[in-house]
Amino acid sequence: MGELVIPSGELYVRRKSVQKRASYWWFIPLISWAIAAHAGGSTSGREVVFNRDIRPILSDNCFQCHGPDLKRRKGKLRLDNSEDARADREGMPALVPGQPDKSELFRRITHSDPGERMPPADSGRTLSVREIALLKDWIQQGGTYQSHWAFLPPSRPGMPSQSATGWARNPIDQFVLAELERRDLRPSPEAEKTLLLRRVTLDLIGLPPTIQEIEAFLGDTLPGAYDRLVDRLLNSERYGEHMAAPWLDAARYADTNGYNNDTPRYNWRWRDWVIAAFNQNLPFDQFITIQLAGDLIPQASLDQKIATGFNRNHNITSEGGIIDEEYRLEYVADRVQTVSTVFLGLSMGCARCHDHKFDPISQKDYYAFFAFFNQVPEEGYHHEHVGNVKPVIDAPTSEQALRRDQLAVELAPVASQIELREARARRETLLVRGKRVASAGTHPTPTPPIRDASALDRVSPLPLGTAHAAGPTSQDSLLTLLNIIPDYRAEAQETVLFKSRLAASDSAYAVLRTQWNRLSEEQAALRRTTPTAMVMQELDSPRDTFVLKRGQYDKPDGKVSAAVPGLFPQLSAEAPANRLGLAQWLVRPDHPLTARVAVNRLWTLLFGRGIVETLEDFGSQGAWPTHPDLLDWLATEMIQRRWDTKSMLRLIVTSATYRQSSSVTPALMALDPDNRFLARGPRFRLTAEMIRDNALALPGLIHHQLGGPSVRPYQPPGLWTEVAVADDSYSGGDYRQDSGSSLYRRGLYTWWKRTCPPPALSTFDAPDREFCQMRRSRSDTPLQALVLLNDPTFVEAARHLAERILLEGGTSVQSRAIFAFRLATARRPKPSELDILIRIFEQHRLHYANDVAAAHALLAVGESKSDTQWDARDLAAWTTVASMLLNLDEVITKG
Amino acid sequence: MYSPQEIEQRLTRRHFFGRIGTGLGTAALSSLLNPTLRASPAQFPARAKRIIYLFQSGAPSQLETLDYKPLLTKLHATELPDSIRGGQRLTGMTSGQKNFPVASSKFRFSQYGQSGGWFSELLSQVGGVADELCVIKSMFTEAINHDPAITFMQTGSQQPGRPSFGAWTSYGLGSENRELPEFVVLISKGTGLPNAQGLLSRLWGNGFLPSQHQGVKLRSQGDPILYISNPGGIDPKTRQTMIKGINELNLLEHDAIGDPEITARIAQYEMAYRMQSSVPELTDLSREPKQIFDLYGADARKPGTFASNCLLARRLAERGVRFIQLYHRGWDQHTNLPDHISKQCHDVDQPSAALIADLKQRGLLDDTLVVWAGEFGRTVYCQGKLESNNYGRDHHPRCFSIWMAGGGIKRGISFGETDDYSYNVIRDPVHVHDLQATLLHCLGIDHQRLTFKHQGRHYRLTDVHGQVVRPILA
Repeated sequence: MGELVIPSGELYVRRKSVQKRASYWWFIPLISWAIAAHAGGSTSGREVVFNRDIRPILSDNCFQCHGPDLKRRKGKLRLDNSEDARADREGMPALVPGQPDKSELFRRITHSDPGERMPPADSGRTLSVREIALLKDWIQQGGTYQSHWAFLPPSRPGMPSQSATGWARNPIDQFVLAELERRDLRPSPEAEKTLLLRRVTLDLIGLPPTIQEIEAFLGDTLPGAYDRLVDRLLNSERYGEHMAAPWLDAARYADTNGYNNDTPRYNWRWRDWVIAAFNQNLPFDQFITIQLAGDLIPQASLDQKIATGFNRNHNITSEGGIIDEEYRLEYVADRVQTVSTVFLGLSMGCARCHDHKFDPISQKDYYAFFAFFNQVPEEGYHHEHVGNVKPVIDAPTSEQALRRDQLAVELAPVASQIELREARARRETLLVRGKRVASAGTHPTPTPPIRDASALDRVSPLPLGTAHAAGPTSQDSLLTLLNIIPDYRAEAQETVLFKSRLAASDSAYAVLRTQWNRLSEEQAALRRTTPTAMVMQELDSPRDTFVLKRGQYDKPDGKVSAAVPGLFPQLSAEAPANRLGLAQWLVRPDHPLTARVAVNRLWTLLFGRGIVETLEDFGSQGAWPTHPDLLDWLATEMIQRRWDTKSMLRLIVTSATYRQSSSVTPALMALDPDNRFLARGPRFRLTAEMIRDNALALPGLIHHQLGGPSVRPYQPPGLWTEVAVADDSYSGGDYRQDSGSSLYRRGLYTWWKRTCPPPALSTFDAPDREFCQMRRSRSDTPLQALVLLNDPTFVEAARHLAERILLEGGTSVQSRAIFAFRLATARRPKPSELDILIRIFEQHRLHYANDVAAAHALLAVGESKSDTQWDARDLAAWTTVASMLLNLDEVITKG
Repeated sequence: MYSPQEIEQRLTRRHFFGRIGTGLGTAALSSLLNPTLRASPAQFPARAKRIIYLFQSGAPSQLETLDYKPLLTKLHATELPDSIRGGQRLTGMTSGQKNFPVASSKFRFSQYGQSGGWFSELLSQVGGVADELCVIKSMFTEAINHDPAITFMQTGSQQPGRPSFGAWTSYGLGSENRELPEFVVLISKGTGLPNAQGLLSRLWGNGFLPSQHQGVKLRSQGDPILYISNPGGIDPKTRQTMIKGINELNLLEHDAIGDPEITARIAQYEMAYRMQSSVPELTDLSREPKQIFDLYGADARKPGTFASNCLLARRLAERGVRFIQLYHRGWDQHTNLPDHISKQCHDVDQPSAALIADLKQRGLLDDTLVVWAGEFGRTVYCQGKLESNNYGRDHHPRCFSIWMAGGGIKRGISFGETDDYSYNVIRDPVHVHDLQATLLHCLGIDHQRLTFKHQGRHYRLTDVHGQVVRPILA
């Protein structure tokens, strides 16, 4: 249905439409306003549902001044609840059920005088004719209100009646089919086997299937082949990496501290915890609880403490001259914003300075929630500038912890034997030698310097090591010590000589000493290389939290204690009023938002669009769910399945809905261009990390290593220095590219500098991670083409792909082209496609035959050396073909 | 249910790929996807089609440049009166100082042009184009440290997360050209202070807008636009064959799948190919005549200087780039200010003046708006010890001076006034949001209407504030 656009609202409506497209740069198709269909005026015959039809209109156009915000409320009129809307108001009620003409609300939105008409001109809002008609119908039909759907606990919906088609594989499909049938749409047939294999492999592990995996899947004709495939993928370690990537956006994880100086930070142990949590299929309720309050769990493990880094991933400043408290509060506000967005799908940040305009969250609610995160022993200013910011803990990896414990066990007996032997030797020495005392005022006669090494017969140099400062140990230094008159030797110097003499006379002692040195040096080295983790902790004595006037750090206005917003059921009486209590509250089975937000996120990863499109906003201004019952069914199902993420993913990817072909006809495109109703399978561009990983994986160049410090792959020189503070002690210096296998790690391990994020990834819409982001836009720009064509990462990958084509693709040009295409897309090329590949190969083969130097130049791109067993002309020509494949829409798209 | 705009967009796209089967000619692309069609959201006529924003990062002192305060010579070394300071918030760098001695400018001021505006000897060439300028001496901001202040100037909020000015204009107005990005960023490092403040990608970021609106850096080192050059061994012809092949294959895929996103990608590959020739042509200054280098100064021959970037800015303006954002770093002169600011002004004086003159002689100044501004001002009192020949100045949000020239702005005027200490605004204060509202106004955009809904809220560059500064509009 068309929408009559009131001209003054033109700009705003345009914005909305552009926002939905998000795929144009530099040009937008011709828009002709003249053809706007004038269909507004009546919605007669249709039942108006408040939450679906009316709340969005009132919220977007009226609540700003007639909503929950008490201070800004105009005319003492409130339209966000039934009681206020129906109040008499001296004979001029806003809403008279069944009588639009007597309702002040309707009178004002249709008023002919622009000065009287609502919303007022200066609000920038206008109602379309269709919206006005909807409001009229709503009033006529009784003007009933509903509580905002997302604030009521999800209830298990009844199953829609089963269609006779037999299409449905599981309950998801029943809900989807019911909606399709309501719209006279039909589902698409199942996707071809190879394409389905590629789709689900990319979706679950973020990597393409190998030729062997394609063959195996095609060869598995027994029932359950697809289920076995899904199980294999869910059990892959690559799964956890793939699932972690979007979580890093949500949790604004990065490798620098942000703000002006943007110094390095090393909190990758938190990132690795996330990967492990997904791989171990940590139930999502625990995933939440541990990240929010791992430190408060009794006898918290190291991992549980590391997980709390979720709330420490925010920017932290080291800019000179800042006011400490102002920034400390900024960090707390960032936690509130992140936690409320990620887990509640609400933007509580709006209530920082005033009551929320749209949702019933007061400023007091905001600061009560703030209080949960305001108890950290932290400062606003990062005094050390560089590195992890307090509170931090030592966070050895499991290998490091194991070795640390082993070392302690190995060292203990050595140390005690050393002590024993030294003690015995001391007793013996005391028996032999009395203590000499220099007489006061007289200097002992200097003895001639000892130059002869023979004097060292009875002392033995000890490799005492740095770990235990027992003084100098070389022969020369012992000579120096011996040359000091005994009475003038310091205690420590005597100790060195004593031990050296002992080592000369007691060979067992010398052996022990060597052992001890080796172990303690290893211990020291281990300590130096043990990573730390930024964690949450609670102050010993709680900090007071105040409402801050207009959000200003120095304007406290009334003390509050930790609580959840009043619109929700409160924390149970026995729950602690801290982050642990909050986490327990979030994962209550009757929580209206947590499970819905969580399943909607999973759904979006697979379908590219949420059941609620606004992942980050389930409030009054958020999008109405395309399938409300399906959302609630999934939410309740997730709880029934004990928050089992893998199980939920398995459920979705085994549905008939997911398995549909993604081909689209013009007719279907016209009816549902964005595939909201799922009459076809999902098809959308891969994420930045997946595009990189895919290109590295196809030739087998990718280096798989689970976790570890972030890496620095190819990056054009000078990007950091052109923006960074020109002082290395702050900026941590320029980008130092890694070499070897670190160049070929998965995208999620790339060093993420917030003020200058990895350029190729950010060209493909990766965010800078300065703040929590729940979904990325999917843009389509020429800069992306330039990355895929020219970034050394992709050129080198193309060359490796070419080597693989030559090695594994048979010996004919045709077999090689088929192999290459199949590797890249998982399907066999059509003859027309094959022709193009072969034609270009031949053309370029000829070109490089005439210009071998060019072939060598192309093969020299990247750090790895090209395989000399191949003719450079062949290899270069195949490299161009491989590069084309890496650029294909189909290859960077999950279809 | 779709809005007519969406339906129309989709119709157009189908129309487009209905034709594309007959060939991938750029003529078809240009007629069907003409970008200028997007550039008409204005509620009133645009006076400027584009902005060149000469951002002076680190905050130039108004006292040595644009805000002439003759009385300070007499007050030099006296204590700043409490009545002037008014218990104002100071940064952590000088809040511990026992004394706040007034430091007068070491540099002379004189009047320039018909309009008689006062400019420091450090900006004598800018003074030479005084009759084109509107100098605002009554700017003020809310932030006192660089990161929040520069973020405030460029995104309308002190905290990260909002779209940058250029991103808003790209989103609101689209492009005037088909071969270059609509929002281009150029960075230069000043000679006045090697230890310059950092810049942040958020300053040209898209915030919550779709990411195609983020600024694209035009760099002086390596590829001018990242990854624009072909790798070794790929000549233009090979590249052309590859792109043609890619698009042929994409088209076949489109025939099979039907997804219009594929046709959009085809168009982007065509665009990428065109950029590979248009960008080197843009950055190749070798054809610029000698008098142009005489005008901008010898530095204009050195890539990565402010002078060179000013010349590039003109070339970008000629090619219809919508938002040209320069950053010149190194104005944060807490100490050794006289020496540092002399060098820093030398970097910018001639090229800024040249840019104005050059735009004017090409008739571009009428629809190009040039802005020269930093993120805040500097204190009249000396940071650290006041010496006979040396002093420094701390951050000062309460007043600072900027200038503008060109499309939509009055010529040869001075607006606003500060007190005798250049400490407080005493007439016509201009808030950062007011400046933003005014610049948008010149582009034909009502700042209250350029909105984007994110997390339920309709965001604006100017937040919920901002008044167009009408007295300075031409």
